[in-house]
Amino acid sequence: MITANPAGPAAENVGVRVDGATLLTDVTVGFAHGRVTGLLGPNGAGKTTLLRALAGLRRPQTGRILLDGDDLYGLTARRRARRVAFMEQQADTALPLTARQVIDLGRTPHRGRWPVLPGLATAHEHAVLAEAAAATDVGALLDRTWSSLSGGERQRVQLARALVQEPEVLLLDEPTNHLDLRYQLGFLETVRGLGITTVAALHDLELAAAYCDDVTVLLDGRLVAHGPVAEVLTSATIAHVYGVDATVERHPLHHRPHIRWNGLLSEGFQS
Amino acid sequence: MTATDRPAARLAGASRAAVALAVAAVLLSATVLLGLAVGSVHEPPHVVAEVVLRRLGIGGSDVTPLDDRIIWQLRLPRVLGAAATGAGLAVCGAVLQTLTGNDLADPYLLGISNGAAVGAVTVIVLGVGVSGTAVIGALPAAAFVGALLAVLVVLTLAGAHSRTLPASRTVLAGIAVGQLCGAYTSFVVLVLGDRNAARGVMEWTLGSVAGVRWNTAVFLVAVAVLGTVAMLAAARDLDAFAFGETAARSVGVHVERTRWALIAAAALVTACLVANTGVIGFVGLVVPHVVRLVCGPRHALLLPMSALVGASLLVGSDIVARSVLPDQEIPVGVVTAGLGAPFFAWLLWRQAAGRSAGSRP
Repeated sequence: MITANPAGPAAENVGVRVDGATLLTDVTVGFAHGRVTGLLGPNGAGKTTLLRALAGLRRPQTGRILLDGDDLYGLTARRRARRVAFMEQQADTALPLTARQVIDLGRTPHRGRWPVLPGLATAHEHAVLAEAAAATDVGALLDRTWSSLSGGERQRVQLARALVQEPEVLLLDEPTNHLDLRYQLGFLETVRGLGITTVAALHDLELAAAYCDDVTVLLDGRLVAHGPVAEVLTSATIAHVYGVDATVERHPLHHRPHIRWNGLLSEGFQS
Repeated sequence: MTATDRPAARLAGASRAAVALAVAAVLLSATVLLGLAVGSVHEPPHVVAEVVLRRLGIGGSDVTPLDDRIIWQLRLPRVLGAAATGAGLAVCGAVLQTLTGNDLADPYLLGISNGAAVGAVTVIVLGVGVSGTAVIGALPAAAFVGALLAVLVVLTLAGAHSRTLPASRTVLAGIAVGQLCGAYTSFVVLVLGDRNAARGVMEWTLGSVAGVRWNTAVFLVAVAVLGTVAMLAAARDLDAFAFGETAARSVGVHVERTRWALIAAAALVTACLVANTGVIGFVGLVVPHVVRLVCGPRHALLLPMSALVGASLLVGSDIVARSVLPDQEIPVGVVTAGLGAPFFAWLLWRQAAGRSAGSRP
């Protein structure tokens, strides 16, 4: 049986300017359904801007964002939030919310206007919450307060919040920043296991090499390369984009790209 | 995960909310009844009950005209006016604290109190030549117009050059407009007014529900109920602001529209209240914090609880205001702060103690 997969999100000739500065220029890229894509590039390359444009949070001045054929900015905020979930780099609150209440915020676009007593939520609501909590391994944290959670636990709770939106697309802005190594790997392994079309801005090329199916590389707001990680993440690309001399090999265990750093390329960095 | 205890925990959460609402409702009822009984003339509870029952047509035949006048014509509208004002101020304070992400936000944030004072002072000082009754009628109208004009200027300043209403710019615009109105008020009172005018302005500024009669009371109750229901309809959207604007937007809240609508609603409600009862401080600032400490930050519970607690606080404060000194009433704003501030300080103290005792696992 063949089911037509919905097309993943796509940017079409997207340009973004803010206060006279051009952040993205004519970016056209489509993200494949069900794959995890790493969004790479040095600081200021436009990773977060593209991610926000894809999330419906920053309307591009030129071009369109398409989601399975629909113009994303033609949807209401509510409808959009039922299809696309966005996780900020570092979310924080001073309010004494429990993890369960934080995750519950992800149900906002699915609920009606009037409050319902917490005991009266539907069976579907419970199932969605339980499933998201299990997928992100936060079941034991649900009644803890936000301020008592560690950085890694907070990211998992935010991921669960994104999952209960029941999105087609998951957009993650540097989700592993400020996490210990073990939490970084654990978080990305969890994301891989979800099977949801995911685009994640990543700083760390080695993490991208180890966990992404595809990578998209930006430089100065322009698309440099997009494709399967083994094809795109080459020493030539790294030299061009980061100004760094690197040797890319096959990892002996999983045969993914493995990067060895050789040093700076002086000319590349001077520009 | 323990699948069995979680529905139970949810049910416990729901019933805790119901218990909190019930306790607050009982507290409000008790203060209202006390408010009908206490005053310059003490009315025993059974007389209060007879008067109210007779008026509601359920019995209570043995009522003197004097008791009826004191309880039904004078005290009940005053008590209802106090309850409505306290409820409205507390709900507006809670909403504005959430929308601006500022713990110090209160209903007067947008220059409303100072704008209302401009209107009131203009009438009190410059309207002295007019007959007394005309002044009494014109005061709420002028205060209302002043409050709305101030809010319009603040929102225009804060929203200039963009359709958004950034929280920090809104707060700063409120301060600027408030200061300007304050300068006008001081100038008119000190330069153009006499000693009586200064006293009249100060009394108005401290707030009072003493003059509330039935028509005003009905109006205030309608404003408070409609305002609370309207804001309760936005409870979910308000919850989504917990992690800031971007987070709210990414779960589908139309941030700009929500903020404009709710700030406009809060401004309108506050202007209606201030115009009739003056600037009653403290309730709108602190009641939401007290409720959050006890019931948590979710608006579906925070807003109705703030309304009930704010109503009880103001009714209770008004009882104290008119019964402490034998022949004189003290301004109710003095009492709200005098009663509320120590309680709030105690709650903060207790919370800080709980934190340092190691609640963090």
